[in-house]
Amino acid sequence: MSETLATPAADVAEQAPQAVVAACGLTRRYGEGATSVDALREVWLEIARGQLTAIMGPSGSGKSTLMHLLAGLDRPTAGEVWIDGTNITKLGDTDLTRLRRRHIGFVFQFFNLLPMLTAEENVLLPLSIAGQKPDLDRYVELLDRVGLRERRTHRPSELSGGQQQRVAIARALVTQPTVVFADEPTGNLDSRTSGEILALLGDAVDAYNQTTVMVTHDANAAAIADRILFLADGRVVKELGRSSAHDVLTAMEEVSRR
Amino acid sequence: MIRVALRGIEGRMLRTALTMLAVVLGVAMVSGTYVFTDTIEKAVDTLLTDAYTGSDAVVSAQDVVDPSAGEHGTIPAGLAAEVSALPEVAEVSGAITDTARLIGKDGEPISTRDQAIGVNVDTGEPRFNPLRLTDGRWPAGARETAIDAGTAAGYDFAVGDTIGVATDGRARRFTVTGIAEFTRLDSLGGLTLAIFDTSTAQAFLGKSGRFDEILVAAKQGVSPDRLVRAIRPILPGGAEVATGEAEVRSQAKGTNEDIALVRKFMLAFGGLALFVGGFVIFNTVSTTVAQRTRELATLRTLGASRRQVLGSVLLESLVIGAVASALGLVLGPALAKGLSALFAALGQDLPQIDAVVATRTVVVSLLVGILITLVAGLFPALRATSVPPISAVREGTLPRSPLAPYAPYAAGAAIAAGVGLLAFGMFAPDLSATWVLLLLAVGCFVLFVGVALISSRLVKPLASVLAWPAARTGGAAGRLARQNSVRNPARTAVTASALMIGLALITFVAVLGQGLQRSLGDAVEQVVRADYVVTADDGSGPLAPSLARSLASQPGVESISNIRRGLARVFGGDEPVNGVDPATIPAVASFDWVHGSDRTFAALGARGAVVQSTFADEHDLGVGRRFGIRTAEGKRVELTVRGIYVPPKFDPVLGPVIVSRRTFDATFEQPQDVLALVDVLGDASGARTRMLARALAGFPEADLQTRAEFIERRGKEIDDLLSLLYVLLALSVVVSLFGMVNTVALSVFERTRELGMLRAIGMTRRQVRRMVRQESVTTGLIGAALGMPLGILLAALVTTALKDEGVSFSLPVTTLVVFALVAATAGIVSATLPARRASRLEIVEALGYE
Repeated sequence: MSETLATPAADVAEQAPQAVVAACGLTRRYGEGATSVDALREVWLEIARGQLTAIMGPSGSGKSTLMHLLAGLDRPTAGEVWIDGTNITKLGDTDLTRLRRRHIGFVFQFFNLLPMLTAEENVLLPLSIAGQKPDLDRYVELLDRVGLRERRTHRPSELSGGQQQRVAIARALVTQPTVVFADEPTGNLDSRTSGEILALLGDAVDAYNQTTVMVTHDANAAAIADRILFLADGRVVKELGRSSAHDVLTAMEEVSRR
Repeated sequence: MIRVALRGIEGRMLRTALTMLAVVLGVAMVSGTYVFTDTIEKAVDTLLTDAYTGSDAVVSAQDVVDPSAGEHGTIPAGLAAEVSALPEVAEVSGAITDTARLIGKDGEPISTRDQAIGVNVDTGEPRFNPLRLTDGRWPAGARETAIDAGTAAGYDFAVGDTIGVATDGRARRFTVTGIAEFTRLDSLGGLTLAIFDTSTAQAFLGKSGRFDEILVAAKQGVSPDRLVRAIRPILPGGAEVATGEAEVRSQAKGTNEDIALVRKFMLAFGGLALFVGGFVIFNTVSTTVAQRTRELATLRTLGASRRQVLGSVLLESLVIGAVASALGLVLGPALAKGLSALFAALGQDLPQIDAVVATRTVVVSLLVGILITLVAGLFPALRATSVPPISAVREGTLPRSPLAPYAPYAAGAAIAAGVGLLAFGMFAPDLSATWVLLLLAVGCFVLFVGVALISSRLVKPLASVLAWPAARTGGAAGRLARQNSVRNPARTAVTASALMIGLALITFVAVLGQGLQRSLGDAVEQVVRADYVVTADDGSGPLAPSLARSLASQPGVESISNIRRGLARVFGGDEPVNGVDPATIPAVASFDWVHGSDRTFAALGARGAVVQSTFADEHDLGVGRRFGIRTAEGKRVELTVRGIYVPPKFDPVLGPVIVSRRTFDATFEQPQDVLALVDVLGDASGARTRMLARALAGFPEADLQTRAEFIERRGKEIDDLLSLLYVLLALSVVVSLFGMVNTVALSVFERTRELGMLRAIGMTRRQVRRMVRQESVTTGLIGAALGMPLGILLAALVTTALKDEGVSFSLPVTTLVVFALVAATAGIVSATLPARRASRLEIVEALGYE
């Protein structure tokens, strides 16, 4: 346990303008009474703007739970989540949904594209749901960046796994969100395709200064991150700066042994 | 994993329950119909058996005209003494049964004419009396009456009160001396009883010196047959005798035939509901097969034969069918009560007795319920047998049915055959009514199946058009809904087809009903020229002849013409004969003359008649030809044709034979008016109406109507029939709603993960609800788009076939728009619960994490 990470709540609040995402004493308990399980115990952290942060940890460490709470998909048992200066734990469902629309992009392990829509329609779906029109220049630039210009009229069933994930990444970026959450984005892809997808995510961080949080257990994925947080038993137990895949693996082994 | 499995079962339990409900309703309708009709039959039988309790033989007048027309002859009262003198006879009693309407405290008649019974009670011969006093004593003398317990309780009458009783338009006040009831019936339904002593009944009901029947009891040891043989030789012409038992049977025969007709009619709607339910079952079993593909394939790899796979799928149908049929059977008696209430609401309040559940009811209900489920489940089950074992290891999608490529051809053939059968049924000459109905029913059935077969190909184009407004106005939710509605075209098609059937028939009924109403209105407008029309409150009952005199004396009444009506036997059939006032009839009614003119009436004389052209053609009558008529009382008159007119086809208003009032009164024993046509100075107005209504205050059965109101009243029977048909057809629509709920719930269930994603990327709960609802509305509208044109087509066919009867085709546009809205609303209603469920999904769980 590194004490340096345990920042008092007041400090976090003061620093909120710098931190795009902040968690204050975040706890998530499943079930009640004797059978209850604490998936997350009093986690404090901040995500800085423009950084790619990887969250790693053995299965059951609480990394997915943490991401769901940070992204406003789930509600904490205790503690607060701040996104771009807003305490989202206090928001009702509709306001929270609107906040996700405006501030958050998602990339899922299983792509989660709508099968009856074309690649282009899938990309534009978040704007369509929000009732907004795309900025055409930026949209075309985005299509080129993810390499989908030629396949914009294809349906998901006509695309490979890698291509589908490119569509999903474009969908996450199209609203210019405050933060993109990627949940095991390479978990369902072969290693060569994984490399391409990771390169694309890294590229987005560089090109758009896109704050990104990625949950992964792939050391190669974590190796592109600016900062790597390690979770075990529902707590952040270790933090690394930019590291090689080898260093990440070593750290993982260390964390898993605890 | 366990949670996923539980979710699967949960999803399937809802589906199974909804499917069962679809079958339950149809079966309940079948068993309810049986219980309902069996119960009426028993009640009527009990009533008649009671009425002839103690009668070994019954003497009555021979029927000249059909007794169901409500007119029968009487026999001389003196005959009772002659019968009584026979050595085989122990006791006799003269009986009077006629129409006598009790008038409530509000001045309105309590029951309809055909349910208002006036009888005599022969206190000297209690063995023939089926009634029992619950209070007071039997009436004696010209001022006293006893009434039935139901009326006393329902309309607040007690012994000592006075009550108005009307017969043939005349009303008088009597003192209530007693309250009586039948010994074995729970309730008389809408029937009311006015009970008098014998001489009062004879005088008040216009049968002085006559009896309707003479009830005879045999001496000890004399069999009813011997009694009848003894009585027969002494009877005068026109009288007949039968054993009490035979009399009950012959009187019950007419009612039982009516009940049998009602039974068939209502069973047809039960069958329809089951047919629609078949679509729901088909969808359910298809979905189960699709979801069990991998499991079925695994069974195949383990060595299960196709037959075993078939059996395992059919088992589900069998269980659904058996449980649902049993539930439907149990609900039958409750539904019978509902049907009874429905008929009562339409003015047919029937006698009540304990519900009769016959063995036949149980057997038929269970059998049809299970059979329809098995048949509907057979097609998807057969498809399940084509699942190859390899599907166990590959991503399991159900192979296309090998029959699928032939579906459009089969659909085309079925549609052509259906239309052919319908056309044949309607246009082929010399078909009996049974054949026509059968051909129409089978034709509709085949047509519906044909359209249902092709509908999966129509779903996409229809959805893109029908969901266009939603996609335009509903934002992303509307656009996604449009695309979702065609993701499983087969399922959407079957769901919409189920709704199509109910909507097609409702549309058919509405269009045909509008055509009938319009034809009727046109016909009456053509004949009736008067500003006001007076009829009995039921539209066809008798009016007191003195009524016309009271109206004639009112200021502002320009002319008044009252029209008599009686039934007579003419050319072997029972035909209405009208008696008119030659001086006034031309002022209030129009005739489209072929031979003669309005002046012909004045020249009718004592033996002249004006006849309808259709009647003249049928019997080859020209001006100057003679024909004979015979009244119910047996009087014969020879008439000469003096004029011929063309009646409006749909509602001629007047009968085929018109004579002068003088001739009528000389021919019929009890001349009764059926219509009084009144022309006033200027037009009908509120003031005139109030004035005329005041003049009619002494005639509780009379009903004053303006010409427009009269036209509306003539159409009331059609309206009542339409209401009944709407209610019965609504049952099928409700069944198809269960199918719609099922389909929406399935869509939500299958797309759980997708919904999670949509919520994650910013779809609000409201948008989710709108999307789910909109998809269901699209399905409903597809049902309307398939069904309503079909209904209009059917109505067009039928009106074409009935052109000669004067039925015109007319589209009730407002009603049709309402039906389309109803279909859309059905979509919203069906989607309510699934939409709520979809919007409340926990995003994280829905995304399939953990």
